[in-house]
Amino acid sequence: MVFVVGGGLCVIGQLLMDLTALTPAHVLVLFVVLGGVLSGLGLYQPLVDIAGAGATVPLLGFGHALVTGTIEDINNFGFLGIFSGALKATATGIMAAVVFGFFMAVLFNPKGKGG
Amino acid sequence: MHISDLGGQNKKRLNYKIAQHRTYNLKKGDNMTNEINKKQEQTQEKMQQLEYQNKVDNITPKPPLFKNICWAFVVGGLICILGQLIADYFEGLGLSKKDASAYATAILVFLGSFFTGLGLYDDLGKRAGAGSIVPITGFANSIVAPAMEFKREGYVFGVGAKMFVIAGPVLVYGMVTAFIIGLIYWIRQ
Repeated sequence: MVFVVGGGLCVIGQLLMDLTALTPAHVLVLFVVLGGVLSGLGLYQPLVDIAGAGATVPLLGFGHALVTGTIEDINNFGFLGIFSGALKATATGIMAAVVFGFFMAVLFNPKGKGG
Repeated sequence: MHISDLGGQNKKRLNYKIAQHRTYNLKKGDNMTNEINKKQEQTQEKMQQLEYQNKVDNITPKPPLFKNICWAFVVGGLICILGQLIADYFEGLGLSKKDASAYATAILVFLGSFFTGLGLYDDLGKRAGAGSIVPITGFANSIVAPAMEFKREGYVFGVGAKMFVIAGPVLVYGMVTAFIIGLIYWIRQ
């Protein structure tokens, strides 16, 4: 199921890119928002239960993590949770992306640019 | 005398007007034939363009939609499997499901940025398309690729700023979505 759901979500992204004028950046933004909305409607968690990483690794899972984190913090801390939950839940991913991204960009040079 | 004179003048005027009208009509006719000619030329050009387009379409391969989809499915699926294997490994070490999944995310992000740095991820992306873009590794790729590309513009406006060319919008819209849904949830509570 991991393979099928993960691959299937990527196929949706591929169809959006090939059949519409959407760029990869548009697809990524759309998927995060879509993941968040589906999560808010309670439709994404069942998919995570079925497919595990197949649902959390695609970027929809990032939107899902943002929303579930927010809702969890609202349950625990009330109104403040609207502001604290999303980034708390995704802190590892964002921190890793920025820090690793920074070091890799410093260490490596783009291909074919004589570096 | 006066009247006949007037009549003569009137006749002259009338003749003049008729002449004018004729020349006008003639010109109009000329214009019309010109327009018709132009239209014919245009349609001919269009026909030629269409024929050319047809030839080009016949020669160039059809957009390989099916092939793209297969690649996206396989590569995307495999990246997810890799994530699941990492998460399972950490869960086996006794970590909670949440922490194991966080480790898997961090490691996938590391791998995504590392292979982007090596230039291998973009080679994969040429074939896999969305299969390499939609997983979280693609998010890491979208950070490293522009940061590397614009390094010569300096570490602040190059690396630091261009990192977020794609990741920025993703974070902005993700957070706004989470905020709105959180607000609705809080109100309905």
